[in-house]
Amino acid sequence: MADTILVVVEQREGKLNRVSWETLAAGQALAAETGWTLEAAVVGSDTSTLAAEVAAKKVTKVYAVQSPKLEPYTPDSFSAALKQFITSKQPKLVLMPHTYQVRDFVPSLATAMGRTVISDCIGYKKEGSKLLFTRQMFQGKLAADVSCSCDAPWFVTFQNGAFRGDKVEAGASVAPVETVNVEIADGIVRNKPQEVFKEAKQAVDLTQAEIIVAVGRGIKEQKNIEIAKQLAEALGGEIAASRPICDSGWLPMDRQIGSSGQTVAPKLYLALGISGAIQHIVGMKGARTIIAVNKDSEAPIFEIADFAVVGNLFDVVPPLIEEVKKAKAGT
Amino acid sequence: MKILVCMKQVPQKDAPLKLNESSTWVREDVSYEVNEPDAYALEEALRQKEKHSGEVVVITSGPVRAQQVLREALAKGADRAIHLEDNAFVGLDAFNTAKAFAAAIKDEKFDLIFTGLQSDDYGYAQTGVILAELLGWPHATIIMQIEKTDGGIKVKRELEAGYFQFVDMPLPAVLTIQSGINKLRYATLIGIKQAKNKPLRKVTLAEVQSSIGPNMQKIERLYIPQKTKNTEVLEGPPAEIAKKLVEKLRNEVRVI
Repeated sequence: MADTILVVVEQREGKLNRVSWETLAAGQALAAETGWTLEAAVVGSDTSTLAAEVAAKKVTKVYAVQSPKLEPYTPDSFSAALKQFITSKQPKLVLMPHTYQVRDFVPSLATAMGRTVISDCIGYKKEGSKLLFTRQMFQGKLAADVSCSCDAPWFVTFQNGAFRGDKVEAGASVAPVETVNVEIADGIVRNKPQEVFKEAKQAVDLTQAEIIVAVGRGIKEQKNIEIAKQLAEALGGEIAASRPICDSGWLPMDRQIGSSGQTVAPKLYLALGISGAIQHIVGMKGARTIIAVNKDSEAPIFEIADFAVVGNLFDVVPPLIEEVKKAKAGT
Repeated sequence: MKILVCMKQVPQKDAPLKLNESSTWVREDVSYEVNEPDAYALEEALRQKEKHSGEVVVITSGPVRAQQVLREALAKGADRAIHLEDNAFVGLDAFNTAKAFAAAIKDEKFDLIFTGLQSDDYGYAQTGVILAELLGWPHATIIMQIEKTDGGIKVKRELEAGYFQFVDMPLPAVLTIQSGINKLRYATLIGIKQAKNKPLRKVTLAEVQSSIGPNMQKIERLYIPQKTKNTEVLEGPPAEIAKKLVEKLRNEVRVI
């Protein structure tokens, strides 16, 4: 039997999330390079509609892995269901998006199968017969090429934005969908999740902003937020922040950019004193132009910046506010 | 409640990192600090103990330097510490680290184990969840609130994009803690003094060797990431940089 790549996609409220399509695109690229067969699985209580949606893409087969116990999500049910399914199919490679949900169950699943997960990868390389997966380390300051030194199946998760979801190829014909009903015994699921909710109605929709001025730890003190606000105002943009600033209560939570906050793609993202931890970058790397001001020349934010200013933001921002005001006044 | 907190020493956030000779890890000669989410995990354990009484035990693995993390934790109020002391622990993958921890605590009886949600060096975000699986305990990740209930605990999980969820779960359990769950305390002078007399158990590599195996994943090479963008560095005195930036904003970014 030919080697198989299995992509496990993720749904929320009956829709596949964007990063699932990205992971499918990664699977298609890997299949093209290795010559392996690409299959996909949708996991839930009733996943036939979503499975049909995936089947329109260039995949050999789609499995609708189902059990009433898979709704709502629990790590115990997902781990148990996928262990049964993957053990019976024995794929060579299992790909999943690196979402909060996958992070919650995939280490259990791999451990239960005596395997490992190369998590949060941003790409892959094929060197001879060896597959290497690239992941960020030290908060993005370094990158590592990592290989699996155990038997297959190899589990790999891909970071949000690592591949282009809109590049998923459609299939020449619709792939067959097979429903796989998994048995999850009583007592397997120990956690009792309640409804998912939003803390407060988000007052600010930063996704609509064309210009965002964002501050990070480099702003040092709450009172210093003021100069960033002045710059945002001068530019006609919104103020935003990385997680530590909102954790400290210096700006409200609905101003937070990153994996736990909002994901934005403005025309201009001006990052002040933001080092560029992975969790922040995934929320803003889609910006058309990124300007970064940071005193640490090795800050990962500079990896994705179009314009870099290595220096103290307190020296640069005040004259910048004046210049912007002058330019806007047409002088 | 008897709570174990898994903590890790990682290179300081702003520390310049140098690759070792084989380009598989960083050189040891950098400054270290406690992994940030682990500090929040410790704080949460101390607060739970203050509410429900019990004991807080901290555990880490790594060379002699890693003991600093345990000393700080003891000074903040942890009752005792376990140090898996050996350089070799630095190179273990998440699975083996969890195996080593499980072996080191096999004679203990904890109600809860906390870890930070991920480390700032490897960034696996896996060790806590693997430990739960090895112990056969339930777990929950990215936790922002913990309340004791009649049958166990109720935790608040952070989901993506501003969503949350409460989960009821039995004890014992493993929780991975998110930064910002609480406000960190500082060690007091008296705490620092008392820490010197608190028990610190050392575990050698030999003691847990039979529980761990070869790593299942291998860092083939570590390197400075290739730039994906052509970054233009703007230099000069601040006033000049400001002028250059405005020119870019007007002519290239076209937002002015």
